[in-house]
Amino acid sequence: MINRKLAPDFKAIENIKLIKPEHKKLDNGCNVYCFNSGDQELVRIEWIFNNLRFDAAKPLLNMAVNTMLTEGTSTLSASEIADKVDFYGAFLQVDYGYENSLVTLYSLNKHLHHTLPVILDILTNSVFPEKELETFKRNQQQKLQVSLQKNDVVARRDFNKAIYGETIYGLSASFDNYKSLQREDLQAHFKQMYQPGNCTVIIAGKIESDTLTLIKETFDKSWTNGPVAADTSQPELKPAAELFYFVEKPDALQSAIRIGLPVVNRNHPDFQPLQVLNTVFGGYFGSRLMANIREDKGYTYGIGSGLNSFKQGGAFFIATEVGADVCKAAIGEIEKELELLKTELVPEEELSLVRNFMLGSLLGSLENVFSHADKFKSIYFAGLDYDYYDRYATTVKTTTAVELRDLANKYLNFDQFYKVIVGKY
Amino acid sequence: MVKFNRFTLDNGLRVIVHEDNTTPMAVLNILYDVGARDENPEQTGFAHLFEHLMFGGSVNIPSYDEPLQRVGGENNAFTSNDITNYYITLPSANIETAFWLESDRMLSLAFSEKSLEVQRNVVIEEFKQRYLNQPYGDVWLKLRPLVYKQHPYRWATIGKTIKHIEDARIEDVKAFFKKHYTPQNAIMVVGGDVTTEQVKQLAEKWFAPIPAGEKYHRNLPQEADQHEERRETVTAKVPLNDVYIAFQMGGRLDDDFYATELLSDVLSRGNSSRLYRGLVQDRQIFSEVHAYITSSLDKGMFVLEGKPLENVSIEQAEAALWEELEKVKNEEIPADELTKVQNKTESTMVFSEMSLLDKAMNLASFELLGDAEMLNQETSKYLAVTAAQIKDTATQIFRKDNSSTLVYLAEKTESALA
Repeated sequence: MINRKLAPDFKAIENIKLIKPEHKKLDNGCNVYCFNSGDQELVRIEWIFNNLRFDAAKPLLNMAVNTMLTEGTSTLSASEIADKVDFYGAFLQVDYGYENSLVTLYSLNKHLHHTLPVILDILTNSVFPEKELETFKRNQQQKLQVSLQKNDVVARRDFNKAIYGETIYGLSASFDNYKSLQREDLQAHFKQMYQPGNCTVIIAGKIESDTLTLIKETFDKSWTNGPVAADTSQPELKPAAELFYFVEKPDALQSAIRIGLPVVNRNHPDFQPLQVLNTVFGGYFGSRLMANIREDKGYTYGIGSGLNSFKQGGAFFIATEVGADVCKAAIGEIEKELELLKTELVPEEELSLVRNFMLGSLLGSLENVFSHADKFKSIYFAGLDYDYYDRYATTVKTTTAVELRDLANKYLNFDQFYKVIVGKY
Repeated sequence: MVKFNRFTLDNGLRVIVHEDNTTPMAVLNILYDVGARDENPEQTGFAHLFEHLMFGGSVNIPSYDEPLQRVGGENNAFTSNDITNYYITLPSANIETAFWLESDRMLSLAFSEKSLEVQRNVVIEEFKQRYLNQPYGDVWLKLRPLVYKQHPYRWATIGKTIKHIEDARIEDVKAFFKKHYTPQNAIMVVGGDVTTEQVKQLAEKWFAPIPAGEKYHRNLPQEADQHEERRETVTAKVPLNDVYIAFQMGGRLDDDFYATELLSDVLSRGNSSRLYRGLVQDRQIFSEVHAYITSSLDKGMFVLEGKPLENVSIEQAEAALWEELEKVKNEEIPADELTKVQNKTESTMVFSEMSLLDKAMNLASFELLGDAEMLNQETSKYLAVTAAQIKDTATQIFRKDNSSTLVYLAEKTESALA
């Protein structure tokens, strides 16, 4: 008979190996990083651009330009772009973040010579047709109407606005922001931003030698820098003076809660130990917040905490949606859990579990060659190198309970928290 | 091509092994052949509530999550109308922990009253968060009973009402476990950095001692063909009007499944699809429009959904959708358009092989359908579909007297305009 009460032996997680890219530079200044691995005959290619400086008077330009890249060029209509990409079984995505905008192509290798020219056309000849722009503005406003009915969305908007101020991170787009989009502004923005000198290309998958030749042939000669370099500086973060925000929804069944405060970013030595602290507190299913507020009290379907890291700063936040009648009680429990972090040492048994969990997560996040490329992006755009991950593994293994308690006291003062509640309070 | 080996334990547990040594991780996926369709109509939401209780400790192990996290693993689960699926990913060096945990909860749960009480509350909050406190969140609670009159697909996995969840008792939980959570009712897939020999040995050690249990014989009322147009209109606190048209279609194993799925791609996959191009871009009827199928094992649903622009009436919106449906009924789609949706499906299959967990889940699903090897024949089945078959399928499905239309009318409130 086996003893089912006894857990099998387990091994510590060692030897987390990251695939590092091969670097090349095109003559037009565009940096190319290649991750060559995998059995499937396919690649993912990303063209990543730094966003232009945020302009509060025209706050949606980065987003609108990126989203509308697939809406027409001087030679291809939106339909023709979609047709070409779909016909070759490829996937073309445009994605917009706070700091970067991406164009991503997933393609089988055998079709790259058909799909790459479409990307070149988009990056060099996008025209933002008037009719498509009007459709975009109208549809985005309809989507905004739906989003504004969601308590968690409203809470996130108000929270970000409070802690990041008038920056791209704090932007709460309004209907007027959409209405005031002008085609000329999009065109000017596009010209300045989508230049090879402001672009990093990351290729991941089974990269054959003719893949690289094809990319070089397609993107080197026909894509050149304009006269003005992209201004990718960003205004400073300015947190608001007011800490408490309550948006009342009389019919709400649940209240959305989002609370937290600005903290250091990835580039600061405290960030990695803060990640350990965050994991203990609300960063995984077995976290203290989940154990107390979901698994013990049943107040919510889910609660978690997280850290944001941006170029100019970071934030720590807790987010959940709880039964409207237990909103105050839930916030009380969150405060209690924070107090515990500050006054009591995390027991060794819990800390060792969190260490193993975090290392397992890191290992598990390296599922395929795309994930290795994603790991590179996180450090590359923060101006860090691969030492970051070695330090991460060491920090996770060695941060002490005393250090965690001190960090909680240094950074997590509940009285300084920004608190947003949408629903009933 | 996803290679695998397969064996069955004496107690009936089917085991599939997919060796993939490009990763340092392993996946253990267990599919239980039970879903919301197997529920008592007076106790709906039970399969899903039960899934939550599977994490409340088993007979020999008080906590499920904690020991798994301790060895660097993560897990989750989902319940559908057809199946309940549990999965673990962890460093392959610690794979035995996954066998230990999963076998103990297949052996027996702890059946704690406290766990039941808490998970009832958690699921009630989930009900509110996802189905009641969201604009359009209750659509499946309304659309399913319109499309299905006999079959248990007429309720959603979350259940018909919160009351059914509140009323769940520990005796019901025990009976449900005994009936459905047996080795012969489960399919286990182990994938990643493992060997078949190793999995055989671990499966014998941890799962073979579990009693086979009684065989569950499914005998569900099948849904009769629909021969009348159905319609429901609700006025709700939603910001925009919304139209759903649902049609009955065949089940996952029906011959025309592949043609039907490609038909939904023709209508709605990507920006080159007919509904997007015709009704969002060109005619400017909708701000968004979608078509999709539910891929359920028994008779499924083919659903069209669109939010009309504010200057467009519901009647105009419905008429525009029907015009597109008439086109695919009356004319074969051009060869290029067929090639396009087939190519897209083919590359999607290749891309899905990049994910170990996707491969494991797919193997389990196809084994449930009859044979895991069917996963590797999927692409050729899509490639064999002809334009004539798609037209025939459209003609069979898109009939007024096979349609159920659900309309949300926006009740304008001040907050919607803020």
